[in-house]
Amino acid sequence: MIKPPSKSIFRPKAGIDQGALHADPKLLREIDRRKLLRGAMSLGALTFLTGCDVTETDEVQKALRAVSSWNDFAQSLIFRPGHLAPTYPESQVVKPPRFNAHYDVEDVKPVDVAGWKLELSGRIDNKKPWTAADIYALPEQEMIIRHVCIEGWDYIGQWSGVNLKQFLQRIGADLTAKYIAFRCADGYTEALDMPTALHPQTILATKYARQPITDPFGFPLRLRTATKIGFKNAKWLTAMEVTNDFPETYYSKEGFNWFSGM
Amino acid sequence: MANSISLAHTQGAASSHSGRLHPLPIRIMHWINAVTMFIMIGSGWKIYNDEVIFGWLHFPDDLTIGQWAQHGLQWHFFGMWIIFINGIAYLSYGLLSGRFRRMLLPIRWRDLVQTLREALSFKLAHADATQYNTVQKLLYIGVIASGILIVISGLAIWKPVQFSELYILFGDFQTARLVHFLCMTAIVLFLAVHVTLALIVPTTLVAMFTGGPQISDGPSTTEAVAHAAMAAEPRDTK
Repeated sequence: MIKPPSKSIFRPKAGIDQGALHADPKLLREIDRRKLLRGAMSLGALTFLTGCDVTETDEVQKALRAVSSWNDFAQSLIFRPGHLAPTYPESQVVKPPRFNAHYDVEDVKPVDVAGWKLELSGRIDNKKPWTAADIYALPEQEMIIRHVCIEGWDYIGQWSGVNLKQFLQRIGADLTAKYIAFRCADGYTEALDMPTALHPQTILATKYARQPITDPFGFPLRLRTATKIGFKNAKWLTAMEVTNDFPETYYSKEGFNWFSGM
Repeated sequence: MANSISLAHTQGAASSHSGRLHPLPIRIMHWINAVTMFIMIGSGWKIYNDEVIFGWLHFPDDLTIGQWAQHGLQWHFFGMWIIFINGIAYLSYGLLSGRFRRMLLPIRWRDLVQTLREALSFKLAHADATQYNTVQKLLYIGVIASGILIVISGLAIWKPVQFSELYILFGDFQTARLVHFLCMTAIVLFLAVHVTLALIVPTTLVAMFTGGPQISDGPSTTEAVAHAAMAAEPRDTK
């Protein structure tokens, strides 16, 4: 347990009196210099671990999420319902669009359009599910807009499909409700605040660059809005609910900002 | 004599410029800014790492704030409120109190040459912490300008649609992102010099806690302050 003393000019020639070791062995065990050192070091190290656990404790996370909710509110205040996002010439459209999801493009499970329906629920008069053929027959709106990912990259895309506000009016949705919640074929969930859902540049997209959207990018139906960060534009929609109950989403549960407006 | 002292007292009290080198509001705003800068830079590096601008540059995880990207974003969008409000308060104070004009102007080409000459011959005077030399003035103006531009580019990145008027200034999302990054770089370089010099000349560091020496603005008030100080001396020495 105790190493033999090494030679040192600072140590008594006769050696250190070992009597103290036997006087109170219980106290000696409790002191344990190494444990003390280790404890002191990890306490010191904690202050350096800015990037790790210490910032992600429950209390800190609770406070940061409260700020994030406040930021939802602040963003809803600065949202300009009639203000259009910049649009771009067709020559700038990137083909194909850039893929992103919480899994790789190889893991995309294509939707079988024959059995696919868009289910409707919540504050909607006519909840009859929509087939792809019915939705593709609706009047189309085209927009060439910038997609901005929360990660920091961006590209210009050309999307067409039915205007969401017109679709909501067609199905008799309560436009005074607060939220529209979406469910997707891969289990992903997303949601929009009503002002964003009613914005002129929010569509249920069926086409990219005038061709039907391909499997990795949301065939047969996806959400596309010019006023939200990329991940809010849910792909492979299967259900839509008009509700006043705050809908958490796949990424908001992970700690990303819910509103994520642009 | 008694009249002139009481007059000096009045002038000294009335002059908004007499007082310590760093008045209390400046000290409070400085340290709020210091802590928040730390949060903004560390969380900004975390966000940057998710989609780097330069392939060769990834910030080490030990230097970033937030476990995952969303936590970096949470910290950044928390800190932005503090740094924005604090920044507005600082700029308003600096402009309205005359502090910017007094401390940072004028900048003369001749003074700059002289300061550089003194610096290169190791004869740079720094005994008087109340007067900034031309290089210091330029550095402070530069970092304040970077601070303004980093907020503008940050708002353009955060809200390219709602603040499309700001966004148009940069013309392109990645340009706005690059400007935001370069402003950060300028601020970090400033901090490296600023903190190093504060440690080399510790009186400047202490002054940011205590307020530093008494200062005055121009000859007339110098006299007034001197008189006031003389008048106050018996009380001070007690």
